[in-house]
Amino acid sequence: MVIVDRIVILIVLAGTFVTLAGAIGLLRFPDFYTRLHATGKCDTLGTGLILTGFMVFHFVHYSSTPLVPIKVLILIIFVFIANPTATHAIVKAAYRTGVRPWHLGEKRR
Amino acid sequence: MKKRISEMAITFGLLGLFWILLSGYFDGFHLVAGGICSLIVTAMSYRLLFSERRSQFFRTSWRLICYVPWELWQIVLANIDVIRRVLHPRMPIAPCLIEIETPLRSEFALVTLGNSITLTPGTITVSVDPEKGKFLVHALAKEPADALLVDQTMQRKVAGVFQEGRTEG
Repeated sequence: MVIVDRIVILIVLAGTFVTLAGAIGLLRFPDFYTRLHATGKCDTLGTGLILTGFMVFHFVHYSSTPLVPIKVLILIIFVFIANPTATHAIVKAAYRTGVRPWHLGEKRR
Repeated sequence: MKKRISEMAITFGLLGLFWILLSGYFDGFHLVAGGICSLIVTAMSYRLLFSERRSQFFRTSWRLICYVPWELWQIVLANIDVIRRVLHPRMPIAPCLIEIETPLRSEFALVTLGNSITLTPGTITVSVDPEKGKFLVHALAKEPADALLVDQTMQRKVAGVFQEGRTEG
């Protein structure tokens, strides 16, 4: 039990760190497209890791309700499909309306 | 006709399973209500699940499931790469737009590759040309762009999952 708790803590901490790095990237990166690189990837894995931690925790400590971890698993799958799709939709909209990509050496926007 | 019935049966089964999973009640009232709802939704939407290549549906699904672990590992690597670039004091990025050509044509294959590109090493799909199988990709730096242009591991894996590209080269 204690070992499982520690693993869960590690997974959730890793997820929090990844999400935090995504937020820092959102602030540091120079333009629209590169910012979406930070959020599109880090948020997906961060959310996935945190939810995986929840899933394992619930499965071990509340085994009387086994349906809840499966629901969380479905959530994870949806996040992994919906997040890149949304990122792609935003990038495509920006590209169509003529947002120019940033190149090395330019000033940040 | 027989094909249509099997399609409806599979759709109905999946919907019913989903209902039971989400409701968590196993008494008669909820099961019957779920069955009725599943029937209505099946009647409206059984064509959606098998829109293309219906004969290969299960084999393709299985190969897709086999592809997922590799993809997950690539996502982890991608995130480590992006996090390194985010937290690096000098921020080593050199964004560029690249164009890649793939032999893929079917919608599902294009969506899978597009989402895989967006999730993995420093690349985002900007636009897709479904007729020529062309992808416009925004890359965060040169190395992730080369992974798509030179290595082409991901294209080959997705093409293998959907068994496309060997006839058209």
